[in-house]
Amino acid sequence: MKSTLKLALGLASAITASTAVSNAAHAEDLTLCWAAWDPANALVELSKDFTKETGIGMKFEFVPWTNYADRFLNELNSHGKLCDLIIGDSQWIGGAAENGHYVKLNDFFDKEKISMDDFVPATVVGYSEWPKNSPNYWALPAMGDVVGWTYRKDWFSRPELQKEFKEKYGWDLAAPTTFDQLKQIAEFFQKRQIDGKTVYGASIYTERGSEGITMGAMDVLYSFGFQYENPKKPYEMDGFVNSEKSVKGLEFYKALYDCCTPPGASNSYMGEGVDAFKSGQVAMHMNFAFTWPGLQKDENVGGDKIGYFVNPKGPDGDQFAQLGGQGISVVSYSDKQESALKYIKWFANKDVQAKWWSLGGYSCLNSVVKDPKFPSSQPYAQAFLDSMAIVKDFWAEPSYAPLLQASQKRFHDYVVAGQGSAKDALDGLVKDWTQVFQDDGKM
Amino acid sequence: MLNRTADNAARATPEPLAKTIRGISDKGLAWLFISPTILLLLAINIFPLFWAIYLSFTNFRANRPNEVVKNLGLSNYRRILGDQDIWIAMQTTAHFVFWTILLQTVIGFTLAWLIDRKFRGHAFWTTIILVPMMLSPAVVGNFWRFLYEPQIGLFSYVISFVTGIPPTNVQMLSNVELAPWAIIIVDTWMWTPYVMLICLAGLRSIPEYIYEAAEVDRASNWRQFWSITLPMALPFIMLAVLFRGIENFKMFDMVNLLTGGGPGSTTEVASITLKRQAFESWRTGYSSAFAIILFVAVFGLANIYVKALNKVKQR
Repeated sequence: MKSTLKLALGLASAITASTAVSNAAHAEDLTLCWAAWDPANALVELSKDFTKETGIGMKFEFVPWTNYADRFLNELNSHGKLCDLIIGDSQWIGGAAENGHYVKLNDFFDKEKISMDDFVPATVVGYSEWPKNSPNYWALPAMGDVVGWTYRKDWFSRPELQKEFKEKYGWDLAAPTTFDQLKQIAEFFQKRQIDGKTVYGASIYTERGSEGITMGAMDVLYSFGFQYENPKKPYEMDGFVNSEKSVKGLEFYKALYDCCTPPGASNSYMGEGVDAFKSGQVAMHMNFAFTWPGLQKDENVGGDKIGYFVNPKGPDGDQFAQLGGQGISVVSYSDKQESALKYIKWFANKDVQAKWWSLGGYSCLNSVVKDPKFPSSQPYAQAFLDSMAIVKDFWAEPSYAPLLQASQKRFHDYVVAGQGSAKDALDGLVKDWTQVFQDDGKM
Repeated sequence: MLNRTADNAARATPEPLAKTIRGISDKGLAWLFISPTILLLLAINIFPLFWAIYLSFTNFRANRPNEVVKNLGLSNYRRILGDQDIWIAMQTTAHFVFWTILLQTVIGFTLAWLIDRKFRGHAFWTTIILVPMMLSPAVVGNFWRFLYEPQIGLFSYVISFVTGIPPTNVQMLSNVELAPWAIIIVDTWMWTPYVMLICLAGLRSIPEYIYEAAEVDRASNWRQFWSITLPMALPFIMLAVLFRGIENFKMFDMVNLLTGGGPGSTTEVASITLKRQAFESWRTGYSSAFAIILFVAVFGLANIYVKALNKVKQR
């Protein structure tokens, strides 16, 4: 009887102990929230090293881009504890900082000797700082991204096409350096028969629902002279947003949409652009740089067939590109902030960042991108570097959402639906944005 | 014998349950059973309604819960009623409601009338016609998006075959003129069977002897249709119009899946505008006011309509 009792007690203790151990292990698990895309898969691979080093398990909550903002902003607004770490979009920084969703990282950076000077300056401003250009950090630059272009190098290099192009336009068919050149190339390829298939000039962003057409149009508008506000007087937008140069930029974007995009491409964003390029529909393709590793590996259009170029120059020689990408933050509602900070410390490590780049993520650490071997490390590395040097970002204000919705509507109404003029669209945008800032008490 | 049976039945009938529970009357017991449902209804229907009414007078934003909520009075309502974009969205909604109801009623009633002839295989065809209605709107939306695809879509090829226009020029979802019709076609395809079912119920409820009497009076088929079929089926048709009208006033899923409100704002119906304001721009107070306006509009119109329907039924 005694031995039976001992056995039962022993078993019970073993079960209790194993449950406790298992609970302890799970208690240390961190959940990282991000968008569901290729870099997220690379991060899963990378994070295995973190678990090996620290014993802290990593769980991931990835949401498709179409629901990414809705899902995670709802989570943050409701003070949810789902995410311990979040890789939030660059525009969220203002709102997340002011509403207390993210942990301020200044003290932690000081303690761990993580210096923002070690990161590409544009990514620090874009992904980490609020207010902008002030030393208040809410995120560690995690995934550098920028809008750039890919093109069909194999089509561009065909002698018969080169000859025809030169005769028609008087310059050699090559990756464009100005928007005029880009449009000429797009027109040249539009509805051309290549290998028995009708192809088109370019895939550009036209999506209405989230942020697509704004990212695309802004990519062009910046280089034409668009400015968000008077540099000397914040929130004064009249004459800047709707300047003559901005109007010309928007007219150019519409002309490009009308002349040179595939049929039905009226709601196209990252996924649709990749599909158009991969299926051999278009000669050129506007998209965020994160798509490049996947396209480079593609059997049909990758390898030697693909080339990359930086967003071209505008009429006055200005050259900018739309910033994408995100920083990684610790969610202030998390119960595991200490472990989450450990992850940030680990992620900021030079070797980890180098591996991050090799796996398909875009490191923002100077030691990685300024390494002499970096430009030749991947065929797209130089285009990424050059693009990151000329970035501009959309409003990162706490009210970025209504600001974005206004530009989505105004741009789509004009560019895709052909309603009104470019001037009307930009005048309307000034009106909408003014209303948003008035509601916020900033004007 | 009869008395004994009655006695047995009386004995078999249980005493009112309330009598077995001390202190609770039959009425009390009824309330006890109903109260969970009432509480649930209050929690998920009535409370949110009053909460939305309250929010509609404020500047509350769900993405800024820590901000001080200010009372704006009627300011949100004034802004909505003075906003040209809102009125355009309302016009777009009215356009959809009008055309979808008209097409669905005409086609639905015609189909019901044909099915009611009870031709050979009518049960099979009824089932086939009902299939679109049984599908999920998400499936239907994606399915039609592929059909409308100008480069690979079957719809574009059929139109091209009939008209001779190149298929890549048939851009149903990208073209400002065609996009609203693209949605009307899909909604009509999906929901006409629903109207057909209601109309069929109406047609089957007409007593056969009325037609027999009309036959005796030598009334023509056309006369029978105008004087018997249509008037007697009218309350059912009106009921179908009411249901579809309310549903289409709130139309969201189909538009969202097919065009997302585009191109531009061509197909941006009121529900899409409401969603953008509430869950993309996070203007919670403002969108609550808009929701209340929509609710009042639908409720008011439906009430007027129901009164008309009752008059028709009484005739």
